[in-house]
Amino acid sequence: MAKITFHGVGIKALSACVPSEIVYNKDLGYLIPEEEIEKTISNIGIEQRRIAAPDVTASDLCFKAARRLMEDNQIAPESIDVLLFMSQTADYRIPATSCLLQQRLGLPRETLCFDISLGCSGYLFALSTAFAYASMQGINRVLLLDGETFSKIVNRRDKVDWPLYGDAGTATLIEKGDYGDSTFMLYTDGSGENTLKIHAGMRNPITPDSCVEREQEEGNIRNDLEVFMDGMDVFNFAISKVPKSIKLLLKETDKTIDDVDYLVFHQANRFMMDFFVKKLKISPDRVPYCISKYGNTSSASVPLTVSSELSGQLDGSHTVVMSAFGAGLSWGATIMQMRDCKVSPVIEY
Amino acid sequence: MSLEQFIENFTDLFDETDPDTICATTRFKELEEWSSLFALSVIAMIDEEYNVEFRGDDIRNSTTIKDLYDIVKSRVE
Repeated sequence: MAKITFHGVGIKALSACVPSEIVYNKDLGYLIPEEEIEKTISNIGIEQRRIAAPDVTASDLCFKAARRLMEDNQIAPESIDVLLFMSQTADYRIPATSCLLQQRLGLPRETLCFDISLGCSGYLFALSTAFAYASMQGINRVLLLDGETFSKIVNRRDKVDWPLYGDAGTATLIEKGDYGDSTFMLYTDGSGENTLKIHAGMRNPITPDSCVEREQEEGNIRNDLEVFMDGMDVFNFAISKVPKSIKLLLKETDKTIDDVDYLVFHQANRFMMDFFVKKLKISPDRVPYCISKYGNTSSASVPLTVSSELSGQLDGSHTVVMSAFGAGLSWGATIMQMRDCKVSPVIEY
Repeated sequence: MSLEQFIENFTDLFDETDPDTICATTRFKELEEWSSLFALSVIAMIDEEYNVEFRGDDIRNSTTIKDLYDIVKSRVE
């Protein structure tokens, strides 16, 4: 079990950027029978989503979010020592997108940059990496950019995935300072590799055939370069692991659910989050949701929810829990004392 | 655990379906209210009431409510 505690580092500021194009789930009549659309929307809790234009990538959204964060908080590019880019929809396979962002953001050549790739749980794993670097001698500030454009890897005729996913980019600034303890507990179970997968890659080399759309399970259409998800297995995985992981985190840090000011979940779907709220017996007004506006934005969803719902509300000191889970299988939770975190509201690209 | 109680828990998940039309041999996927999202409610109910992990294949490989019950029962005991 990876249980990690940090002292004297924390989140100074956070921002997010979404594409301006909105797609509405009420317009999914071509995919879902009209009489089921309303019920589907109410179950998954997603009215609309933001979709990036073909020439806009996750790094573009993150770039704009980062610029906003740096402007709002007067952060000089030279003061950033580490840049991490967390995404599964990077600009290129080579080179790492973080290198391109170093150049674009005008960060010095002394900046340590690399990419991290993980599923919807990725923000927590990347954040723990950012905290680890910020704890080291010689590092003062880490800029973590987490963005995804699942619209580019989900087939529009896949009725499991297409109604769920939206695009977003986020920026989180981590630095040394007068912060309390932060504890992360992170988990992995690779036996669930087939629950959420893109088939084509190095194991199954990409050929012209990989781009051919085929009818798959239950009439869903996709090619081998697009995401497959077994929704029922993901649900079973999440309900069996997520509430337990939060309860154990609280126990290990001598806290109770009543000590938590905000519990920010990965915005997977409304039905699932409501189930967690019920199971954890936490007051719903402490659980921010932005899923109705933005859908499931994969690993960007936790910081996007903070930017969307908690802007201006993190002045002073607050106990915040973040919980996320996804492909891998991979999941985890963190509890931290947030202090005067400057949250910029969501901007549009 | 009893089959009667399981059927009652299952029936409680429906809003529009007449409970009297649901019994052990009901082929649940043929019910009008059934959908892939509805399956999530069944998985949640089985987790809450029986503390049993229920996978997508368990739903896919079941035809009647009795089939679901038999899988749950085999994991409770």
